[in-house]
Amino acid sequence: MSVTLDIRLKRANKVYHEGEAVTGVIVLVCKEPLQHHGISLSMEGLVNLQLSSKSVGVFEAFYNSVKPIQLISSNIEVAKAGKIPGGKTEIPFEFPLQTKGNKVLYETYHGVFVNIQYTLRCDMKRSLLAKDLSRNCEFIVHCQPQKAKVAPTPVNFTITPDTLQNIRERSALPKFLIRGHLDATNCVISQPLTGELVVENSDVPIKSIELQLVRVETCAAGVLNACCVQIQNIQIAEGDICHGLSIPIYMVFPRLFTSNCHFYTKHTHT
Amino acid sequence: FYLERSRGRNYEAELQRCHPEVALVEFGDYHPLKPIMVTDTKTRRGARKGSTSSSSSSSSSVPPDPLSSMLDGTDPLSMFAAASASETPAMSHSRREKEEEAVGPDFEPWSSKRGEILARFTTTEKLSIVTAVVSVGKAPSPGSSAVSEKVRTRLEELDDLEEGSQRELLNLSQQDYANRIEELNQSLKEAWASDQKVKALKIVIQCSKLLSDTSVIQFYPSKFVLITDILDTFGRLVYDRIWTMCSDPRPLPDSFTVEDVNDTAKETCLNWFFKIASIRELLPRLYVEAAILKCNRFLNKSGIQETLPRLTAMIRGIGDPLVAAYARAYLCRVGMEVAPHLKDSLNRNFFDLLGTFRQISGESVRNQLVLQRVEVPEYLTLYSPAISWILQCIAYRAPEPLLTEMMERCKKLGNNALLLNSVMRAFRPEFVAIRATDFIGMIKDCDEAGFPKHLLFGSLGRSLACADPPESERLTILNEAWKVVTKVRSPQDYINCAEIWVEFTCRHFTKREVNTVLADIIKHMTPDRAFEDAYPQLQSVIRKILTYFHDFSVLFSMERFLPFLDMFQKDSVRVEVCRSIMEVFIKHQVELTRDPVILNAMLHICKTMHDSVNALTLEDEKRSLALLIIGFIRMVSFGRDFEQQLSFCVEARATFCNLEPVLVQLIHTVNQLAMETRRVMGGNHSRKTAAFVRACAAYSFITIPSLSSIFSRLSLYLLSGQVALANQCLSQADAFLKAAVSILPEVPRSISVEGKLRSSESFLLDFINNFLATLLVVPDHPEHGVLYLVRGLLNMVQDYTWEDNSDAKVRVYISALPLLAAMSQETYLYSIPKVDSNETLYGGDPKFLSEINKLCETLIGQILDHLKALGRDEVRTNADVQRFCFFFLMIRSVLQKVSRGSPCSPAPEHQSLVYKLGKNICASHIRFV
Repeated sequence: MSVTLDIRLKRANKVYHEGEAVTGVIVLVCKEPLQHHGISLSMEGLVNLQLSSKSVGVFEAFYNSVKPIQLISSNIEVAKAGKIPGGKTEIPFEFPLQTKGNKVLYETYHGVFVNIQYTLRCDMKRSLLAKDLSRNCEFIVHCQPQKAKVAPTPVNFTITPDTLQNIRERSALPKFLIRGHLDATNCVISQPLTGELVVENSDVPIKSIELQLVRVETCAAGVLNACCVQIQNIQIAEGDICHGLSIPIYMVFPRLFTSNCHFYTKHTHT
Repeated sequence: FYLERSRGRNYEAELQRCHPEVALVEFGDYHPLKPIMVTDTKTRRGARKGSTSSSSSSSSSVPPDPLSSMLDGTDPLSMFAAASASETPAMSHSRREKEEEAVGPDFEPWSSKRGEILARFTTTEKLSIVTAVVSVGKAPSPGSSAVSEKVRTRLEELDDLEEGSQRELLNLSQQDYANRIEELNQSLKEAWASDQKVKALKIVIQCSKLLSDTSVIQFYPSKFVLITDILDTFGRLVYDRIWTMCSDPRPLPDSFTVEDVNDTAKETCLNWFFKIASIRELLPRLYVEAAILKCNRFLNKSGIQETLPRLTAMIRGIGDPLVAAYARAYLCRVGMEVAPHLKDSLNRNFFDLLGTFRQISGESVRNQLVLQRVEVPEYLTLYSPAISWILQCIAYRAPEPLLTEMMERCKKLGNNALLLNSVMRAFRPEFVAIRATDFIGMIKDCDEAGFPKHLLFGSLGRSLACADPPESERLTILNEAWKVVTKVRSPQDYINCAEIWVEFTCRHFTKREVNTVLADIIKHMTPDRAFEDAYPQLQSVIRKILTYFHDFSVLFSMERFLPFLDMFQKDSVRVEVCRSIMEVFIKHQVELTRDPVILNAMLHICKTMHDSVNALTLEDEKRSLALLIIGFIRMVSFGRDFEQQLSFCVEARATFCNLEPVLVQLIHTVNQLAMETRRVMGGNHSRKTAAFVRACAAYSFITIPSLSSIFSRLSLYLLSGQVALANQCLSQADAFLKAAVSILPEVPRSISVEGKLRSSESFLLDFINNFLATLLVVPDHPEHGVLYLVRGLLNMVQDYTWEDNSDAKVRVYISALPLLAAMSQETYLYSIPKVDSNETLYGGDPKFLSEINKLCETLIGQILDHLKALGRDEVRTNADVQRFCFFFLMIRSVLQKVSRGSPCSPAPEHQSLVYKLGKNICASHIRFV
């Protein structure tokens, strides 16, 4: 006997802000009337931390990683034990997205060491003979957009062979000079990163200029996990571009993998 | 003793009696569509024994139409139109604005450029294509519940694409390459149809990546065309999908706003843009985003407006100038399609292009060219489609100052030839024409090494062909241009350019200049038989001349025109050229001509056409050639110089002997000539003219037998006989008619009409009836017996093998009876002036009349035999009865006509027989029916 259980959120993009209500319907589709022992729905927000084995010992990392922090949790009973008629049944629900006490609702975030995830879980208990059904649905929490606008602080940069780090033989590098500016260092996450870049001169023809988005994760608990992960790499120039002509820097932040951000650009010459 | 003879008839009186009353119509006012007021007037006419007839006459004053009078002369539609014209000007203003926004039909669309580019930029080099092995059959199961699973596979697939699993196909010919890209296009559509959106995106990304590869640079423009086709398909698919997502309750209107779009559609749309924004490589990111530019309409109002400048700026990051130029062209193309009112980014694109122009002569480009062994001029021409397209977009309905500014900017760049070329091709011809002298100056200043000058002059010529430069400058322009054109060495380049300038020359100058131009072309194209490779261009030269020169005496008085024609040495081309000349001649030559120059030249041309006819020529081809030649023969007239006309016909006959329709026309012409002579002489031939008309008859007589169609021979014999008779050439007429009778047995029983085999019977009957009518006036030959020709004809009819079961023979007999009756009259129904018919020859001689009567009796006997046979036979079908009844009535009426009023009926026993037969047979058969 087939029955499908599904959770459908009202918002197509599944994005909610604190204080709003998460609304939607539970959709049950079955061919025949269905006996069940109750349907319940729970909402949960968890922070999963995993300590980097670089900053602490391997054992410590193992121990500490298993303690998820609960940000929000609530449970409702959708239907008492009974029967569901055949066909498609939709049961609406609504959760207020409100924390208890002084906890903060962090933004949804998927990182390597930090994971903040919000889920809805619907369970249907059934008789012994049939398996219980359950269904998970993730929704996304965004912070309220900042009220007070941060004035963008443009920053200029220059890249020459001298400014590069992690270089072994500086003398082997060809000469070049690249100037540019970023329009802001503190970016609004929903807005792209913008700026400009000018190749003033370069001894060898340029093959490619790429913009690398690097993520640095730090733990809220105070233990620093300064580990850089490349999130996104975007080519902004291909081939030997015209010298002296400004090239736009433009990057849309990948929504799921970024949160609180710092950037720097990396230019590759090959 | 009675003299048996037919009833005497007074034709005059009969004619008067039968004359219909003429209703008077004033032709000046009368028109069938004009409103007519019918006034019923009853007139009594005493002559008709008081019978009343009503006649309608149209009144000359136009009475008011009841409909229009109600509306005071203005019809309702124009009233509405007038009302709306005077309505609020604001509304019409907004409409006009809208019109300006949209791209009108005068904008040459990309699709028309497509083919041209594909044909022009080809290569024989081997190409390679890098594609990921597109995994087939890994369609995600649509019902899979785990969303995260789906997401993961999608991400993996994308990774796949980024990482590798790529395969390079080497050594593809150009055709293979095009096929391969078409395959990708197909698999894109398939992937989309089977809901594999990720795969579709993958394909598109891959394709646009191919555009960064300039390894076979000559092919790049074509590659661009092929690949952007795929991108266009993709853009359309995405747009349509999001569109259908919104059209749930009802389809979106064309002018929808963001508010009409539902959240799911917006989310999907946004996802597309996010996904594209994360494409690592610059070029695919750029192209794919441009491809779905239109989808910005679903997200916000100003999306397109903001995206276009951003993408424009992004192109600056492309290092290779050729790749960048084409990327700009694509962006302009999409921009024009989606938001034609956003001109700024178009201009921005162009200025950026100018900014990076020095790169073209940069070191990396030079190295590349050396590596690929491509010359600089050839490399530069690769740019022209892209730049021309961008400029065309900019110039479309652009204000004059903008164009001037553009030109100034181009000038600043050291008169770059490539740009200049594109400017001339893209800007309005009027704009270019006014500044033609400036342009020539700029072209001269360009350095020779980069871009070939003849191409520049070609572009200029193309503009001048459509728009007129100031009159005072025209000659200088031509001189300057031709100075350069004539110096072009390669015949192919030369003729390409010269062909364009011929139009300008023809448009503004006289035959002298055109003649000079032709001479120059001949001089260039003759060495090494260069003309053999340039037939299309040479043909186009002829076509252009013909559009401007309709006066053929001027045309043929150009010394170089015929030598020019001689360059067409391939038969098919030559005939085609001759044909086009003839077509123009027939269309535009209004007056008849005797100009020896025209005649000679046209004869030459027609002879060329005629000589191309051989055994393999198609019927249709022959017919059309014959029509053209006939058209020419009709235009020839030597006025009063009839003899020359005849000798022209003789010459034409010798020249065009293979085309029968032409011979037929020649015979008609000569017959007409004879009649014309008769008209001029007022019917009285002098000795000289008599000899001339006899010569005409002789011409016809010896020409007719060479025709193969038996019916044209028959009718021409008859016609020529009639003409000879009218010109008092009795023996000639006799010969014609005798010849016609003698070939009657040759008439086949079926002939092919328009490819279908049909019975010839009806044609033959028609001819015989016509022939019989002529025989009335033909006087008997003194040496042959009475009614020699009639007897001869009837004998032939007797012996002819008619179709089985056919009544044709009897029909001929029946129609011969009225002839015989008419012949027995004292004065004939009609006669030919100056020709004595049998009436005068025999003067009602009883012997003659008895001959006629004998003949009649034989005929009637034959007819009755036939009737009897019909009656005796078992009647098989209804049609037989009808046939019988028909003949019965026919013979009765004929006999009545022949016999009524005469002192004695010709053969009373016959008459009674007819009645008896009729009664019996009808009675029995009607019962049967």
